[in-house]
Amino acid sequence: MSATNPSPLDAAQVAHLANLARIALTPEEIEKLTGELGVIIESIAKVSEVATPDVPATSHPIRLANVFRADVPGETLTVEQALSGAPERDGDRFKVSAILGEEQ
Amino acid sequence: MSELISLTAAELSEKLSSREVSSVEVTQAHLDRIAEVDGDVHAFLHVSATALKVAAEVDGARNLGARLSPLAGVPVAIKDVLCTRDMPSTAGSRILEGWIPPYDATVVQRLRAAKLVPLGKTNMDEFAMGSSTEHSAFGPTRNPWDLERIPGGSGGGSAAAVAAFETPLALGSDTGGSIRQPAAVTGTVGMKPTYGGVSRYGAIALASSLDQVGPVSRTVLDAALLHDVVGGHDPHDSTSLDRDWPCFADAARAGKASGSLTGVRVGVVRELGGEGFQSGVSSRYAEALDLMAAAGADIVEVSAPSFTYAIAAYYLILPAEASSNLAKFDSVRFGLRVNPPGGGTVEDVMAATREAGFGPEVKRRIILGTYALSAGYYDAYYGSAQKVRTLIQRDFDSAFAKADVLVSPAAPTTAFKLGEKLEDPLAMYLNDVATIPANLAGVPGMGLPMGLAPEDGLPTGIQIMAPAFEDARIYTVGATLEALLEESWGRSLLSHSPRFPLDPLPEIGDARTEGTRK
Repeated sequence: MSATNPSPLDAAQVAHLANLARIALTPEEIEKLTGELGVIIESIAKVSEVATPDVPATSHPIRLANVFRADVPGETLTVEQALSGAPERDGDRFKVSAILGEEQ
Repeated sequence: MSELISLTAAELSEKLSSREVSSVEVTQAHLDRIAEVDGDVHAFLHVSATALKVAAEVDGARNLGARLSPLAGVPVAIKDVLCTRDMPSTAGSRILEGWIPPYDATVVQRLRAAKLVPLGKTNMDEFAMGSSTEHSAFGPTRNPWDLERIPGGSGGGSAAAVAAFETPLALGSDTGGSIRQPAAVTGTVGMKPTYGGVSRYGAIALASSLDQVGPVSRTVLDAALLHDVVGGHDPHDSTSLDRDWPCFADAARAGKASGSLTGVRVGVVRELGGEGFQSGVSSRYAEALDLMAAAGADIVEVSAPSFTYAIAAYYLILPAEASSNLAKFDSVRFGLRVNPPGGGTVEDVMAATREAGFGPEVKRRIILGTYALSAGYYDAYYGSAQKVRTLIQRDFDSAFAKADVLVSPAAPTTAFKLGEKLEDPLAMYLNDVATIPANLAGVPGMGLPMGLAPEDGLPTGIQIMAPAFEDARIYTVGATLEALLEESWGRSLLSHSPRFPLDPLPEIGDARTEGTRK
């Protein structure tokens, strides 16, 4: 990355993206990632060179059709199985801390 | 014992069905081998405590005259990205450390139904993000050919386990090359089936439009035998293809028996070679092409100009899909929970958990994917990458109009040193330059050994690709090429490995084995 070419990302943007992705990055991580992601984004931005308006987008490599099944009960996890890996539980429910903060 | 671990799965199958050996003996030999070498290789994250019990049950059923599948009693290792209800399933991540899923992946169910013996779970780059297995939260796997070098990735554990004769078979997963590139750098065989050919139910998702589960082995026939067990339609996976597949083992046996490639049009992809490929990789590749031509193949050059944009498109599509798939690791239903000092809302707990539980490469790709999907950037990045995907499919279509199979080196270099590329993400990403196009187009591809690079004596691999649904063609051509190469070497590539379990074989003066490690 040349000095005259501004990075496509700055630290404030990386901090914002980390917040959206729910990862509590440290300031050191944000600084390191800002540089690394800048290099990566510069490299991958070349996709726009060939992605002209006449080219349709492809989301899946093999043509897929919607999948349906009969509306009958199948084999499912028991409550105990579903809760077996829970970090914290309250009876038959997953337990989490408050959804809303005090100021909300 | 050393003789049992040096056998292929097909050979073990014969000895087991004739009751020349028991599954308990075979399983014990492999467990002993793991105890002997895995302290150095570190291919396994977990070794099953019940393998001998399972083996004894298979032996009991056989002694009672039960009709068993060909691979019954043969050991298999399972990449840690696949859910197993009796063993931890971490995907190489701290955030899932110790997690035991309440259900088996469909492919694991099928292994159990066919009475294979699961030996344990193999190491991998965290959530399959990497090309060296150095991004595992539990330490790297080492290449059995040289313990200072990487075994490839993300499935370095599965590839190293078969290369070190700790297991004859393993399962892997391939999103951009994670089965084929490790095969290339460890001198083993790995197959990425057609997208949808093998169920992904219970495979911890990385990028859902790219991921495929597939077999890892030391021979083409063994990969085919395992593919026959795990492949086919699964109603639990909505992307699973509902179609009949031929017997891949029969396809491999036919290829091995024929010894001829007469009438097979082999397309050499111009863009997957030359600059950026190590000289010893290029020279072994040229020799493999000569060998195929001598066996009657019609070698044609094909051009796929859009492949030069494949890595760029991949590193937009993969992070975008991964950032969505990894949102499930939210500290609520399973896995790690880290409470920040002084408590906080559930969002604060999620952010603290994901900060502590994810490694640097996972964070890098989640942030990159979040960026690529942001309003204002979506069309320029993710939208453009999806268009490149169309162009790559078109390139495959026109190449397969001229050729029955396409070939390239499976990896641009031999195994590099641990740590060499860890701090340079872009350099690491280039390791998958040859394998990514097949994932973007959904076509099947195999990596198999093509000799040792003269300059460093390390394995190189060739990739064979076929049109979607034509996996059997790869097994046939692959088995023929494997037989031709082994005939030219006089022995298997892995018999050159410093970890070959039998007595050292005499050096032979063939040009293809020059540079063999002394």
